[in-house]
Amino acid sequence: MSDPQGWIPGDPRSRPTPEHIVTGLKGTDAGGEDLVQLLTPEGVRVPDERFESYAADIDEAMLKDLYRDMVLVRRADREGNALQRQGQLGIWVPLLGQEAAQIGAGRALEPQDMAFPSYREHGVAWCRGIDPTDLLGIFRGTDHGSWDPLEKRFHLYTIVIGNQCLNATGYAMGQVFDSRVGGADTGTTREATMCFFGDGATSQGDVHEGFVWAAAYDAPVVFYCQNNQWAISVPLEKQTRVPLYQRARGYGFPGIRVDGNDVLACLAVSRWALAECRSGNGPVLVEAFTYRMDSHTTSDDASRYRLADEVELWKLKDPIERVRVNLVREHGVEPEFFADVDAEADALAERLRAFCRAMPDPSPDRIFSEVYADLSPQVEAQKAEYLAYRESFAESIGSEA
Amino acid sequence: MPQMTIAKALGEGLRAAMDKDPKVLIMGEDVGKLGGVFRVTDGLQKDFGEQRVLDTPLSESGIIGTAVGLAIRGYRPVCEIQFDGFVFPGYDQIVSQLAKVRFRSQGKVPMPVVVRIPFGGGIGAVEHHSESPESLFAHVAGLKVVACSNAEDAYWMIQQAIETDDPVIFFEPKRRYWEKAEVSVAQPPAPLFSSRVLRPGGQVTVACYGPLVKTCLEAATAAEAEGLDLEVIDLRALSPLDLGPVFESVRRTGHLVVVSEAPSESSVTAEVAARVQQECFFSLEAPVLRVTGFDTPYPPAKCEEDFLPDLDRVLDAVDRSLAW
Repeated sequence: MSDPQGWIPGDPRSRPTPEHIVTGLKGTDAGGEDLVQLLTPEGVRVPDERFESYAADIDEAMLKDLYRDMVLVRRADREGNALQRQGQLGIWVPLLGQEAAQIGAGRALEPQDMAFPSYREHGVAWCRGIDPTDLLGIFRGTDHGSWDPLEKRFHLYTIVIGNQCLNATGYAMGQVFDSRVGGADTGTTREATMCFFGDGATSQGDVHEGFVWAAAYDAPVVFYCQNNQWAISVPLEKQTRVPLYQRARGYGFPGIRVDGNDVLACLAVSRWALAECRSGNGPVLVEAFTYRMDSHTTSDDASRYRLADEVELWKLKDPIERVRVNLVREHGVEPEFFADVDAEADALAERLRAFCRAMPDPSPDRIFSEVYADLSPQVEAQKAEYLAYRESFAESIGSEA
Repeated sequence: MPQMTIAKALGEGLRAAMDKDPKVLIMGEDVGKLGGVFRVTDGLQKDFGEQRVLDTPLSESGIIGTAVGLAIRGYRPVCEIQFDGFVFPGYDQIVSQLAKVRFRSQGKVPMPVVVRIPFGGGIGAVEHHSESPESLFAHVAGLKVVACSNAEDAYWMIQQAIETDDPVIFFEPKRRYWEKAEVSVAQPPAPLFSSRVLRPGGQVTVACYGPLVKTCLEAATAAEAEGLDLEVIDLRALSPLDLGPVFESVRRTGHLVVVSEAPSESSVTAEVAARVQQECFFSLEAPVLRVTGFDTPYPPAKCEEDFLPDLDRVLDAVDRSLAW
């Protein structure tokens, strides 16, 4: 590992190398010289020779939409945290800081594409038309995921780290077998799959195997790694010696590192990666270089293992603020727009609160529901026996009421 | 009726399933050109092509994990795990995804995946090639587990497993792969999740599955020469168990011996014993006895004749039950 000589964290006159970044000196948005960026933390639109064309259509209206997306998912996320603190949710998994990484990728997906999330992808879920209220059951304990994965083209949250990389690869192999990859593009006939995982997952065998299989079958998978620098308390340098995007080379497909706090760059790079996959040039690895601004979950306490300075530094790279600044400075957007979005966010939060508090507990027969296509006789017997046992208290419960 | 080995019957069953449904895929290590290390899939890739018979990377988690994804896509993958002891890299995907996606999605995403596993010992193999891990799967809710014991069952059960909308772990008795029997290809002899009385008898019930069914049938023949009348039941379905025929039999005989190569602790045989004592308590003339492998790792091959239950150990248990 190289030493950090010549780089002063926080000093904009010096820049760290990728090696500095993976050795834990992460207090920068500068993820090395290969970092793709279209919007600086200061809100300045900068050109990028390779990916510029993939964001060429982003006019003021679309940029406003991206801003709105990010503000709303952040507000929903903060409300999720608050609902946990109020005892309405058992746990919440915050996305704070990763709004650009998720909205950029999520808005790059076409309706016919498929996405496989981990469990922090509330922003991608939003882009797939899943209402934030539909996420609550997982964390309140009323379901394991309520949406129809095939209808929404968004698989259910996968909690075992890295498992979804193989599931996504298999799905993408099916897209190849169904002749939905390569050939003439007639709009919706070509498909790709996007697989979401974090920096911690890159240490899992299933991610490795996913890379191997996707390469072996030319599967149209965009492996979208949100490197938020921390796997609960384990920093990136415990996962890798090289920047994560460089690992793709060893598997024989391209790897791109994008500024994960830059929604335009995430959108452009994701669009490029998905287009590559749909045309048969997959797979692709995208490393969205970002930061987990909150704890791993509401059960975690990040102050036990990381410095507040680091968080403060990343606050300066906020994914939403840079878009707001750009909208004001380069598009002359009036304060009224921002106030409207804030009001919409407050209304969303209120709706989430009300919905969460009114969520009914599932009935006990939910335990036995859809374990199998046809319930086995023994589980059927257990169900009948338990429900009858429970029913035997109905009279006494009734008399207490 | 054609004569077939179990291996051939499995291959013909797979072929019939692939003919019937274009969504059926075969995937595994060496299943294509080579036809599998036991040649079960011999000729299928030649006839159905490389997109339906996939020679996969050497990666069991990959085999199961991508099969889950293919099933989400609408395919019906049939995975081959080369040997029983190699399934464990894929065990995480089996338990965490394959078994739970239906439940997680409340039926919106079915998992019609078959995982074929040659199991059991008796072939003089090196470590990890002779294990009987079926109880590790029978314990997992969301999975169904079956074991075939003869060619006709092999031919039909593999097709029935493929038609099942739930994941089925399909155990094949590898040391019996080359044993021939007549196979009726007209219609299946029984539903998939059912046990079958293979030899009616009145004095002692012997319940078994997989490779030891043959052993138990031979034991019954030998016992007959001594004037003993054994009823042999092939369990076939290990999860869910179909114990109705066993209960009925035990109520007549009062004696039950359960036979398996697997270690006895927390096993399928333990489950059978527990349920029979619950359902047939007043019919039992003796405790349920088990003849199994020992609660040890599978031994070096030169010890396996002592490890594996054989005809004499089965008859010894029969005698002990009757003498109780």
